[in-house]
Amino acid sequence: MDIVTLARFQFAMTTVFHFFFVPFSIGTAFVVAILETLYVRTKNDAYKKLAKFWGNIFLLSFAVGVVTGLIQEFQFGMNWSDYSRFMGDIFGAPLALEALLSFFIESTFIGLWVFTWDRVKKGMHLFFIWMTCIGTLTSALWILTANSFMQHPVGYAIRNGRAEMVDFFALLQNPQLWFEYGHVIFAALTMGGVILAGLTAFQMLKKDTSAEAKGLYKKSMRLGLVMATLFSALTILVGDLQMKYLIEEQPMKFAATEAVYKTTGDQAPWTLVGIADTKKHEVKYNIDIPVMLSVLSYGKTTGAVTGMDELNQQMKEKYGTTINGVEMDYIPPVNTLFWSFRVMAGFGAWIILVSIIGLWLTRKKKETLYQKRWMLWVLALTTFTPFLANTAGWFITEFGRYPWTVYGLFTIQQSISPNVSATSLLVSNIVYFTVFTVLAIVMIGLVKRQLKNDPTQVQEHDYAQKILDPFDKGAF
Amino acid sequence: MSFLQVLWFILIGVLFAGFFFLDGFDFGVGMATRSLAHNEEERTQIIETIGPVWDGNEVWLITAGGAMFASFPYWYATLFSGYYLILLMILFGLIIRGVSFEFRVASAPEKQPLWSWALALGSLIVPFFLGVMFVSMIQGMPIDAKGNMSAGFFDYFNLMSIVGGVAVVLLSYLHGLNYIALKTLGDIRERARNYAEFLYWILYVGLVVFAILLFFKTDFFQVRPIGTLVTVVLIVLFSVLGHVATFKGNEMVAFISSGLTFVSLVAMIFVGMFPRVMISSISDKFDLLINSASSTSYTLTVMTIATVCLLPFVLAYTIWAYWIFRKRIALPAVQTSEVVK
Repeated sequence: MDIVTLARFQFAMTTVFHFFFVPFSIGTAFVVAILETLYVRTKNDAYKKLAKFWGNIFLLSFAVGVVTGLIQEFQFGMNWSDYSRFMGDIFGAPLALEALLSFFIESTFIGLWVFTWDRVKKGMHLFFIWMTCIGTLTSALWILTANSFMQHPVGYAIRNGRAEMVDFFALLQNPQLWFEYGHVIFAALTMGGVILAGLTAFQMLKKDTSAEAKGLYKKSMRLGLVMATLFSALTILVGDLQMKYLIEEQPMKFAATEAVYKTTGDQAPWTLVGIADTKKHEVKYNIDIPVMLSVLSYGKTTGAVTGMDELNQQMKEKYGTTINGVEMDYIPPVNTLFWSFRVMAGFGAWIILVSIIGLWLTRKKKETLYQKRWMLWVLALTTFTPFLANTAGWFITEFGRYPWTVYGLFTIQQSISPNVSATSLLVSNIVYFTVFTVLAIVMIGLVKRQLKNDPTQVQEHDYAQKILDPFDKGAF
Repeated sequence: MSFLQVLWFILIGVLFAGFFFLDGFDFGVGMATRSLAHNEEERTQIIETIGPVWDGNEVWLITAGGAMFASFPYWYATLFSGYYLILLMILFGLIIRGVSFEFRVASAPEKQPLWSWALALGSLIVPFFLGVMFVSMIQGMPIDAKGNMSAGFFDYFNLMSIVGGVAVVLLSYLHGLNYIALKTLGDIRERARNYAEFLYWILYVGLVVFAILLFFKTDFFQVRPIGTLVTVVLIVLFSVLGHVATFKGNEMVAFISSGLTFVSLVAMIFVGMFPRVMISSISDKFDLLINSASSTSYTLTVMTIATVCLLPFVLAYTIWAYWIFRKRIALPAVQTSEVVK
């Protein structure tokens, strides 16, 4: 097998697996911070129990998020060394800042938070979880700064055969970054809400629950549903803006997500579903809705969308028909993009719909959700949808950049490590695949184990005693 | 070479030194869970000495990697792609160690030994392969004109690099034992000291072998005779100091000494490499130099400003966290009389 395919497969596998846990931990950190805030404000012990309970789930996701993140930092050098040479002057700085500014904060304060329950003042303990939460929220900013440059390079010059940074603040002012960051963060917070509501639904489906546990479940459920409704609405809003931005900046990616080969007329029809024939450049088995694409793209009933064939021709003229002796075709994998978009948007719509219904059914006057077992099942199964929606979203962003790693500047073919053999890549693919499978199985098992206990009997870590200060004794 | 380039070369050394000083004892404690602790209670006891801090300690490695990418992209690209399978092993070790803490706590009691094994094994793999990587690197590796390294098995694994790997493991273990002695009460504290007293003798043998190999297998004594000699002497000096302190029961001195042994080791590597970042065994024309492997002065300036602004805060809250967790940890069942002693 060729090394480019293997390296791409590995990158996809490791980033997708990593990004199962990143929004999971960002979202649940926020949940725990809110719960503990409620505890400190209301002094109601119920919230403390909930904060500890969901804290345990957060810690599991955080652990897997950290270790799979290590792979990301290493694999730019390991698998994409020529990319690292080309982009290091720009890409490295946000990555180093992410470590310096965010990773140190989250890892230090998470340790403080876990081990100081009832040992420091309540306000101080609350400060620890908020710092952890801020660490997770800001870490996303830096890595997306790097990713946004790859989507839309700004503030650079090509010198000495590489991209050199000329304006650091241009990187931070990249419009791509703020659409991407908003969309990713709101999606992560949505995930926090969906997981909170969904896992609570799983717990409520059990037959024997005490009255106290039921009270706690209701609190979790309400918070989860409020978060899911609010943040999914924001995610969709920013996503819409992002798509409109895409039409200007990456028209090829946009055309591919809508499977538009031929430039449309002034009233563009929207293909709801269909299958693209990538050889003949046409869409089959399609259901079209008239004028809808103009409405989605421009917010009005007129407006043509440029098709991939025309864009491909333009790009060939701009960037050449060959780069480094490789024949170039600038059309990305159309079906992947087309269907990823439908999976993402579909689950996004599903989440907001379910959350609103859920909220309606938990209103103070008529609280009927908890008697409706079918609705609890719907919520429980919805737990898995944000994972799929997030993955689909990244598929659009990353596959849509094809054939570039850095848009318009550097191709995937050019980015590879020339000295890493196919055998090495095969070995690493197998190792990662095995490790991820084991981690996923263990993770599911441990979350299920956590859910067996209800929050009233949350496991207190049986920590060893702490006594004496090494500075007191004759240590010196 | 500009001032900023040299500064960042030193800073990367500092970050690696910080990593070995801090995460070094985490690896030692990790290995000790399956070799020093006798039962699950003792395992819980020593794991808790590092529980709140290990994650922050690991970030020193992540920052070192990120800083290398940012300030010396050509070094990062050559090193990371050239050591592909070694780094895969290091990642594997870091992964199983990293999840073991939370997974152990969240598991059923009968499965907890599995995760303390993962902790111990991961804590063994990482320092060993890091040692192999750095010690083979200083001997020179087959790097071509484009900076690509295509090395064979014996470039990675030779007598000196294996001695280096074992030495880093041993040093981590000793550092961890000194940390356990400093941070615990009860039987395990004495046991850690006894282990350390003995193991230092083996470390001396390793250091002598390493120094001889350093003379024959690297050009450090020719290129930087004084700097290399001074750092080698420091390595030995801090080892002896740590050993003596262990005998005397000065646990803080012993711990800081083993940490400084690590720092001296990293210093030796960076002094000997200077002004190179990678040594080519094919031709010294292909060596990667600080001057040609670095980022632009603009990027280095941005990074310097950011570091100057942020690092004091990082150090401040890291120290504060250690201060909060300064107390010794005893077994849950420990008798009050022992506490008073």
